Amino acid sequence: MADDKPFTIESFYNFVKEKKLMGGKCRSCGKLLVPPKPLCPECFSSDLTWKEIPKNGKLRTYTVIHVAPKQFQAFTPYAVGIVELEDGAQLPGMIRNVTLDKVQVGMQLTVDFDAEQTTHEWPHWPRYYFKPTHPE
Amino acid sequence: MKGKPLVSIVSAGMSRFGKREELYGRELFVEAASEAFKRCPNLNPREDIKAAFIGMMGESFEHQGHTGPTALNWIGLLPTQAFRTEGACGSSATAIRCGLFAILSGLADIALVGGVEKMTHRATAEVTEYLAMACDFPFEQWNGLTFPGLFAMVATAHMHKYGTTEEQMALVAVKNHHHGSMNPKAHMQKEVPLEKALSSRVIAWPLKLYDCSLISDGASCLILTKPELAKKFTDTPVHIIGSGQASDTIGLYERKDFTSLKAGKLAGREAYNMAGVNPSDINVAEVHDCFTIAEIVAYEDLGFCRPGKGGRFIEDGQSQIGGKIATCTSGGLKSKGHPVGATGTAQAYEVYLQLTEEAGKRQVGGAEIGLTHNVGGLGATGVVNIYSRE
Repeated sequence: MADDKPFTIESFYNFVKEKKLMGGKCRSCGKLLVPPKPLCPECFSSDLTWKEIPKNGKLRTYTVIHVAPKQFQAFTPYAVGIVELEDGAQLPGMIRNVTLDKVQVGMQLTVDFDAEQTTHEWPHWPRYYFKPTHPE
Repeated sequence: MKGKPLVSIVSAGMSRFGKREELYGRELFVEAASEAFKRCPNLNPREDIKAAFIGMMGESFEHQGHTGPTALNWIGLLPTQAFRTEGACGSSATAIRCGLFAILSGLADIALVGGVEKMTHRATAEVTEYLAMACDFPFEQWNGLTFPGLFAMVATAHMHKYGTTEEQMALVAVKNHHHGSMNPKAHMQKEVPLEKALSSRVIAWPLKLYDCSLISDGASCLILTKPELAKKFTDTPVHIIGSGQASDTIGLYERKDFTSLKAGKLAGREAYNMAGVNPSDINVAEVHDCFTIAEIVAYEDLGFCRPGKGGRFIEDGQSQIGGKIATCTSGGLKSKGHPVGATGTAQAYEVYLQLTEEAGKRQVGGAEIGLTHNVGGLGATGVVNIYSRE
């Protein structure tokens, strides 16, 4: 499916627009490439295929950011963490729809997607984020 | 058996670190280089120095790139060949590595290696944004992560896996500010009580203000020579006897283990092997304490203690002056300051002072073997050097 799309970060975010998280999978050694990379760093093959990443996972570590760069200052304090999805892929992302002191390592999270960005500046990437699988 | 000298440090210099409103980056570098030249009267800088490697992380701070020739112009070294090295907060440790490559290859017998960064004229939000460029943009920065945020995630993982506490992290700050209070070139030369560190405002939970290193201006440099030439310039050379460097993923999220910085660990292993020494042989160490948790992780990665025991190591006073391995005697990035590009060679400057017994009030008696551990970004670059006195 869609293997004609280049295995790039731009393609990853084009899939995010379609509300999908997609990674590359090396047909030669089986390594999962999240984010997608044009060359398998394990076996140097470029024989790759797209694979959808499961939407559920668990939180491996996190922080609550109080001092943020300008473009994120309006959101402080906010939680960001690294989530291990059900196939073992890991992605960082904001954790929303949660009381900050309820965030904890091991909690079940599900991916969700923002409405498309309207900014005219590079990059035009939409954002995915995580929310509790079982709402409070 | 102690390894043979790879290269020798025959002189070193460092500017005062801090908020240096009056000076531009290249002028800070003059301060560092002037000290190094003054210490070494037998050196004719323009004639003798055959190559210069200068670390700087970001053009954004001063709206200035092309650091190599700029710095050399201001210290009178034109037309010597100049290179800028960049490895985020590890930029000038990679300059030392380039100096090793240059001298060991025989292309240059004498090299100047150093680093510089001018940061304090920018607002904190800008500095936060520029420093974040050393972590992954499309996934980490894009999702609101900052450097304190990334190291905070290392802290969260360490606390969860090993039971490390916020108090143990704060003790690193207390120790390093104590050491820094004895360093006349440190950015912040005052003690910070534990209560003050623990109650400071949250930057990125669990890291608070006093868990974070300082935003500083500064420069530092070393003069490296082939070991055979060292005695021509000084009676008290300091030799680099082991050196290692490794790389890791730019994004923390691509790693399995968040509680160790693998590049620093591998660099350490390579340096120990080359030097023929063990962690227990180290008397003084300058480790990369950009955040207090990073120093605790460094104890473990460098084998000062076992994995997970870093919190106990600081709690038991093993890393203070007088302890098992006096760590960050300069005050570290935490108290001496962290002008990112200057940090790697500034760590070597401190070890040079310790091994030539010029460290004043913070001198570690009888120090013979020293180590520096400098990481760039979230440990995507790791450099370890081991030093010995004559």
